Amino acid sequence: MQPTQHTTLLIIGGGPGGYVAAIRAGQLGIPTVLIEGQSLGGTCLNVGCIPSKALIHVAEQFHATRRYSNNGSPLGIKTQAPTLDIGQSVQWKNGIVDRLTTGVGALLKKNGVKVIHGWANILDGKAVEVGGQRIECEHLLLATGSHTVDLPILPIGGAIISSTEALQPTAIPKRLTVVGAGYIGLELGIAYRKLGAEVTVVEARDRILPTYDKDLTLPVAESLKALGITLYLEHSVEGFQASSKTLSMRDRMGQSQTLETDQVLVAVGRRPRTGGFNLESLALAMNGAAIRVDSRCHTSMRNVWAIGDLTGEPMLAHRAMAQGEMVAEIIAGKQREFSPTAIAAVCFTDPEIVVVGKTPVEAQEAGLDYISASFPFSANGRAMTLEAKTGFVRVVARHDNHLIVGWQAVGAGVSELSTAFAQSLEMGACLEDIAGTIHAHPTLGEAVQEAALRALGHALHL
Amino acid sequence: MGTHVIKMPDIGEGIAQVELVEWFVKVGDMVSEDQVVADVMTDKATVDIPSPVAGRVLALGGQPGEVMAVGSELIRIEVEGAGNLRESAQAGPAAQPAAAEPAVAAVKAAPQARVEVAVVAAPPIKAAPAHRSAPVAREANERPLASPAVRKRAWDSGIELRFVIGSGPAGRVLHDDLDAYLARDTETSVAPASGYAKRNDEQKIPVIGLRRKIAQRMQDAKRRAAHFSYVEEVDVTALEELRTQLNQKWGDSRGKLTLLPFLLRAMVVALRDFPQINVRYDDEAQVITRFGAAHIGVAAQSEGGLMVPVVRHAETLNLWGAANEIARLANAVRTGKATREELTGSTITLTSLGALGGIVSTPVVNLPEVAIIGVNRIVERPVVVKGQIVIRKMMNLSSSFDHRVVDGMDAAQFIQAMRGLLEQPATLFVE
Repeated sequence: MQPTQHTTLLIIGGGPGGYVAAIRAGQLGIPTVLIEGQSLGGTCLNVGCIPSKALIHVAEQFHATRRYSNNGSPLGIKTQAPTLDIGQSVQWKNGIVDRLTTGVGALLKKNGVKVIHGWANILDGKAVEVGGQRIECEHLLLATGSHTVDLPILPIGGAIISSTEALQPTAIPKRLTVVGAGYIGLELGIAYRKLGAEVTVVEARDRILPTYDKDLTLPVAESLKALGITLYLEHSVEGFQASSKTLSMRDRMGQSQTLETDQVLVAVGRRPRTGGFNLESLALAMNGAAIRVDSRCHTSMRNVWAIGDLTGEPMLAHRAMAQGEMVAEIIAGKQREFSPTAIAAVCFTDPEIVVVGKTPVEAQEAGLDYISASFPFSANGRAMTLEAKTGFVRVVARHDNHLIVGWQAVGAGVSELSTAFAQSLEMGACLEDIAGTIHAHPTLGEAVQEAALRALGHALHL
Repeated sequence: MGTHVIKMPDIGEGIAQVELVEWFVKVGDMVSEDQVVADVMTDKATVDIPSPVAGRVLALGGQPGEVMAVGSELIRIEVEGAGNLRESAQAGPAAQPAAAEPAVAAVKAAPQARVEVAVVAAPPIKAAPAHRSAPVAREANERPLASPAVRKRAWDSGIELRFVIGSGPAGRVLHDDLDAYLARDTETSVAPASGYAKRNDEQKIPVIGLRRKIAQRMQDAKRRAAHFSYVEEVDVTALEELRTQLNQKWGDSRGKLTLLPFLLRAMVVALRDFPQINVRYDDEAQVITRFGAAHIGVAAQSEGGLMVPVVRHAETLNLWGAANEIARLANAVRTGKATREELTGSTITLTSLGALGGIVSTPVVNLPEVAIIGVNRIVERPVVVKGQIVIRKMMNLSSSFDHRVVDGMDAAQFIQAMRGLLEQPATLFVE
């Protein structure tokens, strides 16, 4: 039995929430221990945000080259049909992941955080056991993130894969069926299609990306069609026969149907990771499947904190990071509160979708008297030069004082507009503020200014 | 195009004025036929005013809280066809529809001149668009608007941004606003370490509608009646046993009984011997009217405030009949559906705060009645019975009477009669 260790802050989970909390706590001089069971960086760096974006980039480059080779592009570039060495692609992706996770480790070390690799087991609200070592702390921060939701009828293994396996391909299957048309399913489905697979998407609800409004998802639906992705809406999967490689499903009317497919990617969502580290012994108040926290990320137990996906929707790395930073500052004695005006949500489909703040529907539900206006990229010069004329930027503002309450956009590369959107909301910008800011020409950002102008009734280029 | 004027209708017998409670439309809105445009209030009932015509609202005749005479102009609507306003009078608003909004301001400023058509055509008073006026007042629960840097500085200085007036666009709180707030309240700036923000905010809430009604009636009752209160404790152990048994046996089929139906029954039975307490006293005519019927008001909390729906002819109701009627009335009050009839005509009132009943209360008599029975909470207490200390369920009755017409002796005997009935619950039902 090793002697008990003591620390001020003990963090379980080294994902974006946990490691940012640890870095900030280190900066503030708080003795901090971080326990990570797998690899620093969590889902985001290892099997989520970063590797999926790497794979999407590979897919886009490959797809573009293929277009040049079969005269599908008007740009005048001619080339031979490209080939794909997926093993090398994955290696390149792993290189990025390694660089980033090593970087996180270095940052933690630089800030004096003690990292323990091992599986934490909670003993009580002030003590955790890891590898036979008992560690006592004043503050316990839970940052264990989330895991993919499994379907009992489609157990992961063999031809049935989750997003984790899909980001580590050894070969691109001839036929891939994606179960779930949420953002994860569509991002990967589109990437696999561009890498050459025949992709089918099955969704139980009546439309793709059900959390976004129809105007925003329409350009994505059109893109799926253009890419040749087959879509089955209002179909429920019933099972997969591995021997015959057939996926059976049923439509809304109960009509059965089978699909032949080489791989099935299950992407039906994520759930807070609350099991496997004796969390239940704390009997914390829950909010559905998530840990309930107040506006300071404090749980129902004194000096036990929880951040990120573990606390439920929206499950976004940037939310977890902001919460982690805040909790470290609270523990350092500062007065803080997690009260962002908005948290941007980005969907890296083709085209991309970005949503920050209230949509028109949400403004209506909130009882706001609002104005909404959109500006299409088809009227934006830079979009034309990028062959990216689909999509639009939309603004939602209060009618009485023109305070902007929401931004949405769909189009190629619009994820980068989230910066401008979030900034304008957090700064409390009014339509006149955005309309009166000179936006560089020629950029996609001009559509942001034009949307604000249009809401004020005088768009210049429409 | 013509103009249709809706006048304040006569909605109660002999009522000369009613209070405008709420507008559901504003100037420029389109209204359809039968659409409710306003709520007005008489005595205690709120009445919807529907529009008999379809058209566009030209002008509103008053603001919420204003007491308006029956027959005065309530709303002016532009309609297809002739309307009901004579031609010469309508020229003003029809010629200058743009002036409609400022005209409301004029109407507000000069309520006496409301009926004059000329006022409607008054020149604009306020020309600046509303959204650029600063500072902007926030709703009580509205999130303060401030940049992240301002928010952080406020946290660090222990300032609650909710209490800082924002002078920026849309009411945004700027660094300058924080400076001004800190300068005004230096104590906050030197002692943020205490962790508790000092509050200097005030909120003015106009006393209108039901609250004004309650205020008037309570003041009236306190001024006119000669209140005295009388408190007696009642051993309700047997009553509670009976109630539990009845609920076990019939709770599912007939509904659960609270204590209220038993108290109603005790009042009904006790009042038979005290007709001088079940009365309404008209102090202006100097007449006391005794009632054979027991119309028992049961005080109930609504969203807007206290209301007293009336259980009519309580003497005819058995326990479950009374329970159902109380539940129905309470629901009507809560949902704002209670009619004028259901809210008037009581001869005596029962008030109970349930678990919040406290030890003693001094209820205010619901004029023109002369008695109000208040119920305090039930507590288990050690009580001496025949030389032994035993645990009994005890409950106080705190009642008030109008001493102008109820003598102390009568009041005491009446309460003792109720106590006897409640302590020996069988006697409640022996005729």
